[in-house]
Amino acid sequence: MSLVDASRLDRHAYVDSVIQRLDPRAKVLATLVFILAVVSFDKYTVSPLLPFLAFPVLIAVLGFVPFGLIARRFALALPFILLIGVFNPLLDRAVMVEVGGLQVSGGWMSFTSIFLRGLLCVTAGIVLIATTSVPRIAEALGGLRFPRVLVVQLLLLYRYLFVLMDETGRMRRARVLRAGTTKASIRDATGMLTTLLLRTVDRSEAIWRSMLVRGFDGELRSPRRLHWHFSDTVFLVLVTTGCVFLRMNPITTRLGGWILNP
Amino acid sequence: MHMADALLSPAVGVGFLAASGGVLAYSAKRVQDEGDDRKIPLMGVLGAFVFAAQMINFTIPGTGSSGHIGGGMLLAMLLGPYAAFIAMTSVLIVQALIFADGGILALGTNIWNLGFYPCVLGWWIYRMIVGKNPAYGRLSIAAMLGILVAVEMGAFSVALQTVLSGKSELPLGEFSALMLGIHFPIALVEGFVTLSVVNFVYRIRPRVVRDSLGIGPAFEQDEPSYKPLLGIVLISTLIIGGVVAWFASSLPDGLEWSLHKMLGPGEIAQPADEQGGRLARLQEKTAPLPGYDIAGASPEAEGVQERAGNDEAPAVWPHVSRGKSLSGIVGSLAVLACVCFSALLLVWLRNRQPQNSQREPLE
Repeated sequence: MSLVDASRLDRHAYVDSVIQRLDPRAKVLATLVFILAVVSFDKYTVSPLLPFLAFPVLIAVLGFVPFGLIARRFALALPFILLIGVFNPLLDRAVMVEVGGLQVSGGWMSFTSIFLRGLLCVTAGIVLIATTSVPRIAEALGGLRFPRVLVVQLLLLYRYLFVLMDETGRMRRARVLRAGTTKASIRDATGMLTTLLLRTVDRSEAIWRSMLVRGFDGELRSPRRLHWHFSDTVFLVLVTTGCVFLRMNPITTRLGGWILNP
Repeated sequence: MHMADALLSPAVGVGFLAASGGVLAYSAKRVQDEGDDRKIPLMGVLGAFVFAAQMINFTIPGTGSSGHIGGGMLLAMLLGPYAAFIAMTSVLIVQALIFADGGILALGTNIWNLGFYPCVLGWWIYRMIVGKNPAYGRLSIAAMLGILVAVEMGAFSVALQTVLSGKSELPLGEFSALMLGIHFPIALVEGFVTLSVVNFVYRIRPRVVRDSLGIGPAFEQDEPSYKPLLGIVLISTLIIGGVVAWFASSLPDGLEWSLHKMLGPGEIAQPADEQGGRLARLQEKTAPLPGYDIAGASPEAEGVQERAGNDEAPAVWPHVSRGKSLSGIVGSLAVLACVCFSALLLVWLRNRQPQNSQREPLE
């Protein structure tokens, strides 16, 4: 996983566009509705899932998220999906669809379905984060009545995430330069982890002291307020209706039938 | 191992979101009641530490592969179970969002597998063994046992959630045996690394380790009660144990069938609530590959041999016709073409607009 990619993903959230201006709560809820609609299909569903691609594509285009970035992120999530899905064609061999003499087994159908679901869910998550940023999502969770302590935790975690990852990167490089090999033994790893942990605990002490002199009382206050506009309602209603409509009407088959017999 | 959205059914996803949400609400209350300001930045930075720690890979002896620590148990040993659970929840949220590990609906299952088991169950085992006098030997045994149980429970949970969701053909018995087997050496090494780190930290900063056990100076007057925790562990053990026992007594891939028998068909067929039934009926009428429903067939007809037989296929899917499959494929291609074309059109329209504001992120 690349650190550069991870930090670049979030930076698109500060671009100014229709999508980025939406209330983060609306975007979080819409993404959840979308994912629920996608995973609620039967395990052999393939073609009715395709129209759902419109949602991430539309948001990516309107929100200026590059498709290359999305593709790289999706590639990261792929191995686990493939690992589990690949058993389906091996175990479920009954013929399900026949097209022009080509017999497709149920296993291949459900495998394709798992792949498509993965594509849809992962890209929906990526466009959410790429147009919203982690701090805004933390605020949205606060706005949705999640415990404050979790919101503060997310904000602090995200603030120090890249600091600590940079530090670890430097430690790793230093070890490789001295040891001459990229493979770390358990002893090496333990030593590095301990050093890193002690530094982290010391750092938190320093952070706590400097926050305390600035009046820290267990709460981080954001200068930005969440505002629910009419456009947020419209967005949420549109996405929900779209998902329910596509869930109940397999427009792909209808379209195909219409093309074949106009 | 992170659970993915693609392998979940809505019922399992939402169920575990609710379970993890419950533990989260309880943990948040406990941490807020503690009112220890100092702990809040420690939680935040240790959450970031888990990410950093997962960057440090080590070779697993005998296998040639490499692994990293999960970190949940380490957090629990430094922060106590409730603060550790919240920290782990935030780690998993950021992993799902930024690093595409797991997914948004799968968050509930991942928080349960990688947060609840190590932070609550693992910590509880650790606390029981360590007692009030954390000596090095006891600390080591406690950490090792806690991690072994937590990692194996997490691995088993992934198998259970996948099979319960019914998207994968893998039978629970084989799948969980595979998962438990793969995770055992990983758990051993993680346990060893974690206990070495904790022992070292205990030697240098004993307060950090003692505080989380509830035996530091701040806790001396107020011994925390373990009854609610015991309740949670008991209930989850009963549920999981019950599932395993009743699964073992049925056919290897008869899990859905057993669920039907226990809950009645109505309860499982409700993943999308009231809509579920209507949606299913509507879909059955119009879908190109209509409800080939495992649960509908008798469990004996589930056997791979039976299903592999071509002559049986028409009986199982009476609705499949070549015409419908063909229109499904043509429609799919048309939809893909539509999506691609409109995306290109939109990109073109978007780029034609005057660039009066900052559109590209600062490099």
